Amino acid sequence: MKKLRKVLVLGAGALKIGQAGEFDYSGSQALKALREEGISTILVNPNIATIQTSKELADQIYFLPVTPFFVERIIEKERPDGILLSFGGQTALNCGVELFKSGVLEKYQVEILGTPVTAIILTEDRQEFAEHLHKINIPTPISKSAESLEEAQEIAQTIGFPVMLRAGFALGGQGSGIAHNMEELRRIVTSALAFSPQVLVEQYLHHYKEVEYEVVRDAYDNCITVCNMENMDPLGIHTGESVVLAPSQTLTNSEYHTLRSAAIAIVRSLGIVGECNVQFALNPRTSEYYVIEVNARLSRSSALASKATGYPLAYVAAKLALGYALPELTNKVTGVTQACFEPSLDYVVVKIPRWDLDKFKGADQTIGTSMKSVGEVMGIGRTFEEAYQKAIRMLDLGLEGATSKRVFLEEGSEAAIIDKYLYTPTPKRIFALPVAMRNGFSIEKISDITGIDPWFLYRIRHIVKLEEELERDRELTAARLLLLKQAGLSDKRIGELTGKTELEIRALRQRYGVLPSVFQIDTLAGEFPSDTNYLYMTYNGQHHDVEPLGQEGLVVLGSGPYRIGSSVEFDWSSVNTVQALKKYDKRSIVINCNPETVSTDYDMSDRLYFEELTFERIADICDFENPAGVIVSVGGQTPNNRVKALHDYGIPILGTSAEHIDQAENRSKFSQLLDELGIRQPAWDTFETIEDILSFAERVGYPVLVRPSYVLSGSAMNVCYTPEQLERYTRYAAAVSPDHPVTVTKFFQKVKEVELDAVAQRGEIKAFVISEHVENAGVHSGDATIVLPPQTINAETLQRIEEAGRAIARALEITGPFNVQFLAKDNQVYVIEANLRASRTFPFISKVTGINLIELFVDALFQQEIAPVTMPSLTFTAVKAPQFSFSRLTGADPLLRVEMASTGEVACFGEDLEEAYLKAVIATGGHIPQKGIFISIGSEEKKQKFLETARLLASLGLPLYATEKTCAFLHQHGIEAEMLFKIHEQREPNVLSYFRERKIDLAINVVDNYVMKEVDDNYTIRRAAVDYNIPLLTKVKQVRLFARAIVNKDLRAIPIKAWNEY
Amino acid sequence: MQQNMVDRTFLVAENLADLSRFALDTGARRGKLVLEDGTIFEGTSFGYEASIAGEVVFCTGMVGYPEAMTDASYGGQILAMTYPLIGNYGVPQSEHWEGERIHIAGLIVSDYIDTPSHAQSVMSLRSWLQQQQVPALEIKDTRLLTRHIRTHGTMLGKIVLDDEDLPFYDPNLDNLVASVSCRQVERLGEGDLTIALIDCGTKHNIVRSLLRRNVRLVRVPWDYNLFDQASTFEFDGIVISNGPGDPKTVQKTIQTIQIALERAVPMLGICLGHQLLALAAGGDTYKMKFGHRSQNQPCLLNDSKRCFITTQNHGFAVGTLPPGFAPWFINGNDGTNEGMIHHELPFFSVQFHPEARPGPMDTDWIFDHFLARVRIEKEARG
Repeated sequence: MKKLRKVLVLGAGALKIGQAGEFDYSGSQALKALREEGISTILVNPNIATIQTSKELADQIYFLPVTPFFVERIIEKERPDGILLSFGGQTALNCGVELFKSGVLEKYQVEILGTPVTAIILTEDRQEFAEHLHKINIPTPISKSAESLEEAQEIAQTIGFPVMLRAGFALGGQGSGIAHNMEELRRIVTSALAFSPQVLVEQYLHHYKEVEYEVVRDAYDNCITVCNMENMDPLGIHTGESVVLAPSQTLTNSEYHTLRSAAIAIVRSLGIVGECNVQFALNPRTSEYYVIEVNARLSRSSALASKATGYPLAYVAAKLALGYALPELTNKVTGVTQACFEPSLDYVVVKIPRWDLDKFKGADQTIGTSMKSVGEVMGIGRTFEEAYQKAIRMLDLGLEGATSKRVFLEEGSEAAIIDKYLYTPTPKRIFALPVAMRNGFSIEKISDITGIDPWFLYRIRHIVKLEEELERDRELTAARLLLLKQAGLSDKRIGELTGKTELEIRALRQRYGVLPSVFQIDTLAGEFPSDTNYLYMTYNGQHHDVEPLGQEGLVVLGSGPYRIGSSVEFDWSSVNTVQALKKYDKRSIVINCNPETVSTDYDMSDRLYFEELTFERIADICDFENPAGVIVSVGGQTPNNRVKALHDYGIPILGTSAEHIDQAENRSKFSQLLDELGIRQPAWDTFETIEDILSFAERVGYPVLVRPSYVLSGSAMNVCYTPEQLERYTRYAAAVSPDHPVTVTKFFQKVKEVELDAVAQRGEIKAFVISEHVENAGVHSGDATIVLPPQTINAETLQRIEEAGRAIARALEITGPFNVQFLAKDNQVYVIEANLRASRTFPFISKVTGINLIELFVDALFQQEIAPVTMPSLTFTAVKAPQFSFSRLTGADPLLRVEMASTGEVACFGEDLEEAYLKAVIATGGHIPQKGIFISIGSEEKKQKFLETARLLASLGLPLYATEKTCAFLHQHGIEAEMLFKIHEQREPNVLSYFRERKIDLAINVVDNYVMKEVDDNYTIRRAAVDYNIPLLTKVKQVRLFARAIVNKDLRAIPIKAWNEY
Repeated sequence: MQQNMVDRTFLVAENLADLSRFALDTGARRGKLVLEDGTIFEGTSFGYEASIAGEVVFCTGMVGYPEAMTDASYGGQILAMTYPLIGNYGVPQSEHWEGERIHIAGLIVSDYIDTPSHAQSVMSLRSWLQQQQVPALEIKDTRLLTRHIRTHGTMLGKIVLDDEDLPFYDPNLDNLVASVSCRQVERLGEGDLTIALIDCGTKHNIVRSLLRRNVRLVRVPWDYNLFDQASTFEFDGIVISNGPGDPKTVQKTIQTIQIALERAVPMLGICLGHQLLALAAGGDTYKMKFGHRSQNQPCLLNDSKRCFITTQNHGFAVGTLPPGFAPWFINGNDGTNEGMIHHELPFFSVQFHPEARPGPMDTDWIFDHFLARVRIEKEARG
């Protein structure tokens, strides 16, 4: 084995659809594996909210874009002797392949560790790869690559419709789809070719099963499959969009092992060293199979496999890349057996994706060959019913189980629901299955329609039947309760069906002794004794594998699934809490259900319950463990929402009291408190009639922000600029009524938004950070660009913010982290929201200031009196910028609004704001325009504001293009620009053709929020920009900053500095 | 372990009483698994309605219940599956089985699935068990049973339905091979090599694996004297099959092997065949605490970094290698012997199942390796 000195690890960058938290897990494990060998590690990852970008994990961290330009400079500076490409998703892989192809790696003598790059390149080219597979007698669907629409049309005609279309070199199935005719083909191919140089036209395998294998191989040709997984949804629905089970359920031994052998043959033929994922299509009638995809790197599926089996895939893959043989590594779970084995499960795992399509205005709800989900959960049980229903509750959407109809509220009759949701795959389809069953659809018929194997449908029908029985005969004996719990029904659901409350059912269960067992996940189905701390609960057992920790134990509630608004940042907070607890000899008990996280790694906490974050399950765990308390303030809003129930049940909440948390969460109570404290807030009230709303708006002045308590369609929050808009929205979308009151708040325009993040102890703030949004208020704080230190806020405003923060902390006797959001206008500050928990900016501000606020919080819990920490004055500027995934969400309007839409974030440091911002923009996929800039600005006022920016852009010497009025405005001010027709005008020169011909590589579209048009051409332009993968800016201040950055900064002159050099 | 056990047996019992009323499984009968140390697991019967006694073992394979259940090596054993969901894909035609019939004495699972789904399925597991008169019990906590056997070792046990009690029975005291071996000599296939397969309860896939390689196969009963003058066929090599029970009860086969050793006839022993070869050549075997029954056993090729994932099903192992033999494979987890190879002569044997079914097919090459040697020996003899 060659001795390595220094290894560069490429991270995945911002979380986006198709590439999410799983790469924090894999990168972190790789860094641990390297560190154990005494190898110095360098990590490039601008995703500051990750755990891997911690000093404890990597020796040198660069918050820089994972692009060949930056990575080459880092290599030049650091001179590593090895590089790992397979731990940072497609982003890292693409970057690494480019560095290889351009000769950079050879020039600096950086060895690619693990899988040879030639194998990676081969797997990325679908056509060549198919040919390779045929040489080793592995079947693939008939497929041909096309580089133009005409070519694709010809191929489709030869194969015959329907055909499957896939974009080459794209992550998560982006730009893929099934075309049933020429028209569909034209649409999909055109958009795919915008991203990718080639499109594959393939034979479509209707209702085949989709099965995948996670394969590990070492340099000595030892090869194992760690896990196989079966999709409940048939082929045609991306595995990231499918309900997935581990292990497979409906495969016979010969199918299982035929596919396993094929997977191994492929991996051997490629010379993989490390991890590889192989996906198959299996004909359910004939057992014939095709290979449909191979990922020669760690993937979302490998993270899932790792959590499903307990096998540390990423860690092992990293060790193998260093030259170890599999039999030389021990099984870290058992500690006695070895890593060269295939885990045996004595439970079943069900993964369900979490979508947030409702959050996106205009987004197409159907799911298919490309990913739209933003997160996932994994339920573990000893029956399918138990695991499946757990997973449904884990989604944290208020769904009680398989038969929940909540998603169909207001959808009309059951027949209508079946018509709309059974035939078309959407996130709601699994809930239409029970509806169809109750309406006389046979299992065979449902299977024919959906392609879901009858096996799964029979299991779901079992749940339906149990519930129907219970409705008929409500008597709850001990035995019957146990039977229901074994099928995964929640107390609440049993209560709903029997006319009792959740707590009544709980009390009944306890009286009867119907309690869940605690089981270990030990990788060997109990064959060998093991001390593993990886646990789940089941009613299909009669013993516990572990003893309770008792008062030494402290429960830390994790974040649950990643979703819009709650992401890796809360995993960072959870993990940091667990680490800080070690200092106080507390034993941490983590509860979380998200397989993409580091907090669910086997070696992070003293105990891990891979479990639901429902009141019922948290209470079950607390009843068993009898911990000293529960920490609810580091996992985002989900744990916060459980506080009241847990407190009422008698479970000690650590930190700020439950009453005070409620006082901050309850809008009326909090508003009253602010009034008492003399802190300003925008005028607001709650209304039950449209008349009252209109008169309130008249009084405070438009615009107003409307928050319905109940939403029919579209987004939950909306800003209304006119009485007409307000009336339309409240009447039709928000359906205001005494049952559905609506909260209306005065909405300030053109004001700054400022955040205060702090940690307090018994009401005294011990540390705080104030950060500023680049965009004006009206852009959700999660979508805003945030700057540290604040750039444009005066001392008086800062003072007022601090004072307000201190007053709130005192009044709510806060012990722990909290965040207050302010509007700042004319030296006045207005509180818009307070959260008595760690906010999403905690990792950002902790890493920028060098003061770990989570550690401080844990100190505040266990030390008598902690000393106040003064924040260092920063000699640099840090910018946190959002990552959007609009390109994945067909139809979604990429305009920034009050509802959050970003899926991830990055943060970069710089000498000044411009430098930091430029890097952050590049890190989120942006680039410096080199061809042409398209400009379309709404109102006269906005045009005036934009003038300075326009001059800056003109100075770049690139052609400027503009729509009619904007063009006239630019000409008027002596700025040259070429006029383009709007899309709907259908005249050349047209915006659309310029987008398509790539004459434009930056699109600016600033509109007035209150303008509503029948034909919204601005929307069409924005959407086209996204579909053609052209960077889009929609906010005046954003564009101004970007223009300043690209004009004033020379990328080549930007210094390459690691985190510790700031 | 005992102190942190939740005693829920009373509940399970009551549950069963209520089943006819609430559960969808109508007509389910109560039953219990009684171990020789007095431990009792309550459950529901889903197989043939009779009580049965045998040796209780567990298997951690996640697929292949029809193959495992028809493997004669499980003769006399009550098999507990650690994978909880069993019955998922029903039961295929007998051509896919590993024996003529179900060989296990009884079956224990956690969650029996009575709604199978597979194109190959011709009946549910329940119907098959009933047809073949094999009792089966669904107990919820198969993990506790596994832990119990792991801690205390394989033990005798019985499935008792209602109150039809019966005495414990130790299958290892009997020569089980005699009851599962074929009765007559059978000739199969065509080829230039002739292999005698000593059937101690051979899995069908050993036969298939050899035939696939174009050999003439003569399958003989365990006690058939291959070297008798009356024997009507010549052979180039011998494969000694897998089979149930204690190898020391299979003396007649050991005697046959001893003659083959003297005459240097190429031999491949598989599982029980490995143990018999070891005993015949002067080695020794012992009973393991709870055996290896799984599809994920790592076997290291001796003195190398190569490791193979294998299927195993054995309760006895070779403890002392016979003179002249070297270890061929070693178990990566517990260091037990997994195969041996003679220093010079063409004698090989493996403790695992190169024929797989159920389980990984990674050691299929053992057959090629053996046949290549048989061919060399044959050519050397002219």
